[in-house]
Amino acid sequence: MADEQSRVISRRELLRNAGLAGAAAVAGPLAGGPESAEAAQQVASTAAAPTVRREALEHLPAAEADLLDAVLDRLIPSDEHGPGAREARVIHYIDRALGGALASSRPAYLAGLAALNQYARSARGKGFLELANADRDAILIDVESGRATGFADGSARFFAMVLAHARQGMFGDPYYGGNANFVGWDLLGYPGIRTMVTAADQKAYEAGTLQPSRRSAYDYDTFNKATASAAPHAHGDASDGDQA
Amino acid sequence: MATRLKDTDVVVIGLGAAGGVAVLPLAQAGLDVIGLEAGGAMTRRDFAPDEIRNNVRGWPMLASHKTNDEAPTFRATASQPAIRGGHPMMNAIGGTSLHYWAQHWRLNPWDFKVVSETTRRYGASRLPKGSTVEDWPFGYEELEPYYEKIEYELGVSGVAGNLNGRKDPRGNIFEGPRRKDYPMPPLRWTAFHERMADAARTLGWHPFPGPAAINSRSYQNRSGCMYHGFCNTGGCHVDAKNSTAVTTIPRAQATGRFTSVTGATVTQINVDAQGRASGVTYLRNNEEFFQPAKVVLLSTFAYENVRLLLLSTSKAFPRGLSNNHGQVGRHYFSHHQGAPVTALFPFKVGAWYGLPAQGVAIDDWADDNFDHGGHDFIGGANLWAMSDRRPIAAAGMNTFGRARSWGSEWKAFIKENADRAHSSYIQKTTLPYEENYLDLDPVEKDPLGRPVIRITGEYKDNERRIAAFSQDRMEEWYRAAGAIAVTRGPVGGPMTASTHAYGGTRMGDNAETNVVNRWGLSHEVPNLGILGGSVMGTSGARNPTHTVQALAWRTADYVVRAWKTLT
Repeated sequence: MADEQSRVISRRELLRNAGLAGAAAVAGPLAGGPESAEAAQQVASTAAAPTVRREALEHLPAAEADLLDAVLDRLIPSDEHGPGAREARVIHYIDRALGGALASSRPAYLAGLAALNQYARSARGKGFLELANADRDAILIDVESGRATGFADGSARFFAMVLAHARQGMFGDPYYGGNANFVGWDLLGYPGIRTMVTAADQKAYEAGTLQPSRRSAYDYDTFNKATASAAPHAHGDASDGDQA
Repeated sequence: MATRLKDTDVVVIGLGAAGGVAVLPLAQAGLDVIGLEAGGAMTRRDFAPDEIRNNVRGWPMLASHKTNDEAPTFRATASQPAIRGGHPMMNAIGGTSLHYWAQHWRLNPWDFKVVSETTRRYGASRLPKGSTVEDWPFGYEELEPYYEKIEYELGVSGVAGNLNGRKDPRGNIFEGPRRKDYPMPPLRWTAFHERMADAARTLGWHPFPGPAAINSRSYQNRSGCMYHGFCNTGGCHVDAKNSTAVTTIPRAQATGRFTSVTGATVTQINVDAQGRASGVTYLRNNEEFFQPAKVVLLSTFAYENVRLLLLSTSKAFPRGLSNNHGQVGRHYFSHHQGAPVTALFPFKVGAWYGLPAQGVAIDDWADDNFDHGGHDFIGGANLWAMSDRRPIAAAGMNTFGRARSWGSEWKAFIKENADRAHSSYIQKTTLPYEENYLDLDPVEKDPLGRPVIRITGEYKDNERRIAAFSQDRMEEWYRAAGAIAVTRGPVGGPMTASTHAYGGTRMGDNAETNVVNRWGLSHEVPNLGILGGSVMGTSGARNPTHTVQALAWRTADYVVRAWKTLT
């Protein structure tokens, strides 16, 4: 099957490495330290009021949550092309997963977000949240390319992990907590989950007249949720290493 | 001490695509058959159209992850360290036939006679250096009735291209002659498939819809395909995918002769003082059982087939069962199905709804279907343009150098192009080589403390040249269909664990170079049969499952016919 074509293998490899990076990294927690209090104060004083109400998270401390929220907003911004990560509630997808299928990635998030903020300070003299969007992007480009320093297993792995999870939260089934109001699927022009697609439906899609279904897979009562919601098995999430 | 269970006629290890087929002819013949399966059972209600569950996370979480626990390591050459890879298969009643793509090809006649046909047409010097390829012990004609059996017993859709020697351009004119057409018409085409077929015809090629073990209309009281877009690594919510879990296994159960045991992890194939297989030892709920049997059929996919043999050591077989000639693990190869070509079109492809088994095939550049006189390789590639797209994967699309992979520019790019790209699936002739093999990893262990399989292998010049050649053909095809940008993947690399894994217990008349005989029974252990891609010595340029299943039925058929001499 082509799902093991080299391009996918290499992406999986990258993601797996991202997960391992987390396990191997010394998780210098922001929470409780002076760094954390400082960051939180900065949020209170300098961060722009979010355009979308963000409920409290369950698996990330507040300061890290703010940093992640800001990163996600640059990865998938809300802009003239439509709603972004904030409207889709991508951070809620990640937060929920960090308590379940992605639990093994939690240390990588804590360590990586701390390293990101520290790198912003060393490169720009300010914390990530204090930077303007163009500077945030410049920092993220360094992180993506692996040039950013201070990441235990290379900044590129951290970036690849966050980007993969951001896409999952933006474009995955709303059942998992992201893709709110189907904004991710609307962005792609994906007309949604159907259990039957007739030849006439296909022709309607080709003619641009097929209406979006706006349903989660689990809005169809026939499907058992156990396979989706069961606790992760020993290896955690496939995207960060259960195939290993 | 293992609990000794009641004797049975045949024990089948693994109830996937191969073992799940073999149990039916055995049980129908009146033999008592026990099937041991490491996974559990799932039904269509477990198969939600859910990309995160199916394609991102370990699918599905209720399935046993034995395959992951014992995932092979891999390295390109023997001088490199091996690293732990993934394992694409799953454990369950029906095995990976639950969520495979279900492309169901017969091999072409050339694939059975690579050595003799290459020698005849181009001279023996054209056989790649270092390759251990042999002709199969029989030709296409021998397997033809079993291909037909599988097509009708499981249900395969398609259109004949060679009915009793009469060529029909609606099908594959390069296929071997078949006695009967498929029992169902092919899966439908989209506007994009029609466009690709038209483009191929303008190039003088012969496009046709590929064969699929998926119902194009209702068959055997099961539904036709719903084209909902979650077939790739997803089970079917209407049982239109003809896995063994919904076809041969329930029919075997209905005979009253077949019993399946789920959650059973087989640890050893046992032998008696004469060196004959006496049964198998397995763990279930932390208890050890011994299941005695007159005949043992091993059908656990290539890696576990080889591993179980190598781990089943005894006085008679100190290097592993059926390995006194040192052939277990040899002649291994992963199918070369990478090196894709991806194209961008200035219009929507319409691939959200559909399935990987639905599409347009080109066989003009496969096998020996074209003159290789001016080429520096033998064999070729099957080109496949299918429908397969889901949102998360689509968002990760190649941006053709026009945007980075995040941010506003990227959002604009995917908004316009998410359904405008198309990626080809190109399956290439892959050969066995002296330097490519499976053995037990000296370091990595499974949770029971037993070594996992180590893959040592890389694609050689012949495979890389086919890859480059077929990428040229694919780009030509995409351009003819209106592509505005095209990118290519790398042509070579190490052999990682694959759903198309061949060799390791190769079939052939010569016991010095093959593990099983022409019937799929061990040269060294007469009442041990081996099923799966591990017996195949060549891959052809197409998916293996149909051939695996035809061989499995044939071996089971032989066991029934030869029962008195085997037992």
